Amino acid sequence: MVGTRQADLAREIGISASYLNLIEHNRRRIGGKLLLNIARALGVEPASLSEGAEAALIATLREAAVGTPMPAAELERADEFAGRFPGWAQVLANAHRRVGALERTVESLTDRLAHDPQLAASLHELLSTAAAIRSTASILAENKDLSDEWRNRFHANMDQDSRRLSDSSKALVGYLDADADDGAEGAEVASSPQEEVDSFLHHNGYSFPDLEAGVADVEQLITDAPQLGSMASKHLARGVLEQTRSDARLLKLSALSVAVGQGVLDPLALARRFSLAPSVILRRLASLPSLTAGFVVCDRAGSLVFRKPVNRFAVPRFGAACPLWPMFDALSAPGSVRVQRVRQVGRNAATFTCFAFAEQRHALEYNVQPLMQGMMLIVPDVADAGRSEEQIVEVGSNCRVCARVQCPGRREPSILSEGF
Amino acid sequence: MSKRVLLVEDEPNIIEAVSFLLSRDGWHVDTHSDGGTAVAKVQELEPDLVVLDHMLPGKSGMDILTELRGDAAYKDLPILMLTARGQMRDRALAEEAGVSRFMTKPFSNTEVLNAVRDLTRA
Repeated sequence: MVGTRQADLAREIGISASYLNLIEHNRRRIGGKLLLNIARALGVEPASLSEGAEAALIATLREAAVGTPMPAAELERADEFAGRFPGWAQVLANAHRRVGALERTVESLTDRLAHDPQLAASLHELLSTAAAIRSTASILAENKDLSDEWRNRFHANMDQDSRRLSDSSKALVGYLDADADDGAEGAEVASSPQEEVDSFLHHNGYSFPDLEAGVADVEQLITDAPQLGSMASKHLARGVLEQTRSDARLLKLSALSVAVGQGVLDPLALARRFSLAPSVILRRLASLPSLTAGFVVCDRAGSLVFRKPVNRFAVPRFGAACPLWPMFDALSAPGSVRVQRVRQVGRNAATFTCFAFAEQRHALEYNVQPLMQGMMLIVPDVADAGRSEEQIVEVGSNCRVCARVQCPGRREPSILSEGF
Repeated sequence: MSKRVLLVEDEPNIIEAVSFLLSRDGWHVDTHSDGGTAVAKVQELEPDLVVLDHMLPGKSGMDILTELRGDAAYKDLPILMLTARGQMRDRALAEEAGVSRFMTKPFSNTEVLNAVRDLTRA
């Protein structure tokens, strides 16, 4: 729709911009008056608009046939099928898309599945419904001589299952997106205190400017947070906020921002410049909105006790993280800052520079074995970072969803290489 | 006389689709939805093959499988397990318990038909 803004066009034909967007991406079939209105507004023939949708439908049908081990599907007759039974063709194409989306969801969530009974039950429901739809759709597609009675029966089953799938998908998305939502919902559905804290931090963008400025109170922030429902989550959040307040007194983000803007990111140089421990610098850098860095903290047992995710570097919400992360190396060399470029194996792999450091969690005491904690700042690489000659280490997120082969750190087989 | 399949599954629309599929392929299909009485149903009907869901009301498919394999009369009975629990450890446990074939949902009709034919081939 060159030259015409989507919002303007939507307004002219009297529909919402989001609905027009669905039409444009062939997610909604149109016809009748609406098709004529859009064609009139664009000054084109109505047929030219429906041809594109038809081609997309046929392409999806072909994709469905190729992606399924069913040699009986008549690929060359997909257009005839779409022409003769446009409604059924759309049902089949939608079911194919839905199954694809579900498979991707399942792949990305199996780690959580193993640890969350509520999620396991939800996914079981989804997969069972998807199985019923897939099986019924195949029967309809492959048996052209079905009697009207059976055809109507299977049609009704598909309708019923589609609704069920729609409802359970919405419920699942609501459950999974809870910590990205506003309001109290997160606290209701988070399955652990750590998740409640993650939800609280996410909701605040991992940034507490009023606390940094000394005008907000830790207890008030906790009381006002609808995401923090349990005593345990309040306790954990109190620890994070008190640490933030303490760090802010040592180094203002405004001063750090100016220093960072002066060259290549170098946490050790910043530590020297501000006469602060590397741990303070790494935490402060993680709080700097302009850096968009991820940050993780682990205890001596390797459990993640703080997670600030960053795009394209997956941090497991449940279970153990990849033992190849530089943070775990840092635990064996406390006091030394380890810098390592890494790339997570998998789709959309991106390169990051990780700065890892370990220090003891408490003040020195005589004859007391120190309890160490590790931390890692995960900074997305930029093209001119000047470190291109350094070796890049391939790491994972969690063994279950990691495709790295012959990995020395593997604890259990991956569902990606062993099949799910 | 056509061979007999017992489909133990609690999802009505899966029951209908799989029953249709197998009946079209020449099978006599009996269905049963309660895990708690599934073993008794096997003893009553003496099917040539059992298609068994994993998560059932009353008793799990895994427990039914274990119980059947514990009875010498059913140690060679072909059992195809259909499950939404596709994790490696579930598959390993089912194989350890003596499942003949393990298939994850959403399955394709062709896969189910091929498995049933394979498992009952003399």
